[in-house]
Amino acid sequence: MSSRVGGRAVSGADTDRSPVSDADVCVVGAGPAGALVASRLAARGRRVVVLEAGPRFDPADRPQQMERSIGPVDGRGDIWGMGGDRDAYASTGDRFYPLNANRVKGVGGTTLHWQGMVYRLHEKDFEMDSRYGLADDWPIGYDDLRPYYAEAERELGVSGADDNPFGPPREEPYPLPAFPPSYSDSIFAEACEELEIATHSAPNARNSEPADGRSACVGYGTCQPVCPSGAKYDATVHVERAEEAGARVIDRAPVQRLAHDASGERLEAAVYATPDGVEHRQEADAFVLAAGGVEIPRLLLLSESEEHPDGLANRSGAVGRYFTEHLFAGAGGTIDRETRQNHVGFMTSESHQFYDHEEPVPGSIKLEFLNYAGPSPVEMALTGDTFGDELLADLREAYGNHLAVGALVEQLPRWENRITLDDSRTDDHGNPVPEIRWSVGDHARRTIERANEIQVAILEALDAEIEWVVGPDDTGPAAHHVGTTRMGTDPDESVVDPALRTHDLENCWIASSSVFVTGGALNPTLTIAALALKGAEHVDEWL
Amino acid sequence: MKLTRRDAVAALAAAGAVGTVGAGGLLARERLHGGDADSAETDENESSESVTLSETDTAMLAAVARAVYPSEVTGIEEFVETYSRGRIDRVRNDAYRGGVSEALEYVDDRARTWYGEPYLELDSETQASVLGEIGADRADPAPDGTDAERVRHFVVNEVLFALYASPAGGELVGLENPQGYPGGLDSYQRGPDT
Repeated sequence: MSSRVGGRAVSGADTDRSPVSDADVCVVGAGPAGALVASRLAARGRRVVVLEAGPRFDPADRPQQMERSIGPVDGRGDIWGMGGDRDAYASTGDRFYPLNANRVKGVGGTTLHWQGMVYRLHEKDFEMDSRYGLADDWPIGYDDLRPYYAEAERELGVSGADDNPFGPPREEPYPLPAFPPSYSDSIFAEACEELEIATHSAPNARNSEPADGRSACVGYGTCQPVCPSGAKYDATVHVERAEEAGARVIDRAPVQRLAHDASGERLEAAVYATPDGVEHRQEADAFVLAAGGVEIPRLLLLSESEEHPDGLANRSGAVGRYFTEHLFAGAGGTIDRETRQNHVGFMTSESHQFYDHEEPVPGSIKLEFLNYAGPSPVEMALTGDTFGDELLADLREAYGNHLAVGALVEQLPRWENRITLDDSRTDDHGNPVPEIRWSVGDHARRTIERANEIQVAILEALDAEIEWVVGPDDTGPAAHHVGTTRMGTDPDESVVDPALRTHDLENCWIASSSVFVTGGALNPTLTIAALALKGAEHVDEWL
Repeated sequence: MKLTRRDAVAALAAAGAVGTVGAGGLLARERLHGGDADSAETDENESSESVTLSETDTAMLAAVARAVYPSEVTGIEEFVETYSRGRIDRVRNDAYRGGVSEALEYVDDRARTWYGEPYLELDSETQASVLGEIGADRADPAPDGTDAERVRHFVVNEVLFALYASPAGGELVGLENPQGYPGGLDSYQRGPDT
């Protein structure tokens, strides 16, 4: 007997998944980038089809998915059905890479389980070589993306306040007011004032008030891995808009390879498989790859041909290279007063004071003041090995006075960190699985050490008993897949041009964090959204 | 602390069974269910036509709750009955209801085998012992797992979630909006003395 409810698809194997005739645009991937591109182009009258590898989930299951995550009955990836032969991969770098905990295949993509933190990259992130002699500059700057950032904030419905003294220049308020600071933010503010660290609000892609037909956050406290109320933005919002504008979204349709014409310069079709075992060819005038920083390079490599023996769009050899992440650094402990944690599952205060550095090293740090430090009593109750009065005593002992400071830390792109194909293992369709080689690097290690110094100083200013520190030896990735089809002006060094079109294929664009040249230390989705809106304009102009 | 029917209805909100979280929550449910928000709500006075838990099942859940809830909690029978009828009967699917019934059957079978009486006839101390002897205290919850894991998932955690994901249970620990409960946006801002 199985009572599995998490990750249940609402569409069956007998759903019509035949190709769309006379398509103007074929989008591969129904995450935030693909959904925004499809929504925008469909609204402009383009005939759009979206091919999504994963299923369309039933939103009515979300309360039960939430409960199974608290249980915990399902692991983080299991909530959304990740894992198994479909999602097999190899991790062969210095550090194990937990890929399937870091992504979701399905309509809505990884935004189904994301944290919902949305930032504009700072100006320095586009100019790492010019300013510090590190990595490379982007071929576009903050000013080029600035109008698209504003548009992306409106599209995602960002709640925020213009109170970050370290942030890049803005032209208008956030669409929704910021979430007020938490009680524990006020505790941190005391220590930060003493240390002369400025704190400010954190922008969130979750509704602080009802908007866009969705409720305000109601405080379930389970943002990751699932928001039962729908207050947190996810890309199903733009999938719905795309479909209302006439786009067709085909789920459970993993693209197997891209086929080009005789010249090798133009894509003709995306060949996709359906649950009935049939392969279909989706032809279109233009193609937009929006399947994330792992599956996009994998698909290009899988599509090798006589004309492109090293994979499509790979004249530079950069497809799959420079796989970049953000690193987590953190410290936590207890203080001698109540801290009121675990009422909500998102952050309300942070500091970018250590982001724009003067010297090359240490690099950028985004400090985060957690609202969910320490144990969640209900999670403890469901996993503990005591009952009754003993259980309650355990919960009272464990809960109440925890605090934690987290950070995202910058990693530099490294040639050797890459996505390749592992020919020794195949997925459920017989394709080689992605192989991930990932390591941390000295720049990130030194930056993590600096983040730890700041975090420990803040906790010490509160006379905290520090119980844990996540430093360079036990850091982990933040689930941000950056750099594997990088943007540039030189076809011998990069995969896409500043208009996001591949140098090698005249009708193929990429909308993803895979085009980032560097990743800074800020969650990438707002930049992904801004680039997707920019890319949609370029595709529309080309058509 | 005496649990009330109101506490059970609040616990049902954590289980996604009622829209008690105000207009915002109803808006959310409307979108999530793709239509009429009212249709997603549960009328707790309305009996369900579909497969339901038996009175014995409900009584056994209450007995398990007495074993795993703290002794300062009273009003358990009404709380568990309201909760289980609101949630297990109406929100859960047949497979889940079947899982609960089968796990309770297993508990009752162990009681009869080890102590010669139905679970409900045992004194409360022995009822608690049976759960420990099954291994439900040390087992991980798993709907497709061993007998102990299924008892943990379908029975023990069912009643523990009802309590500790609700404001009443959260307040026992000092957390009036526990994880899993849609308690709004005020409590995280409040200090301990307000």
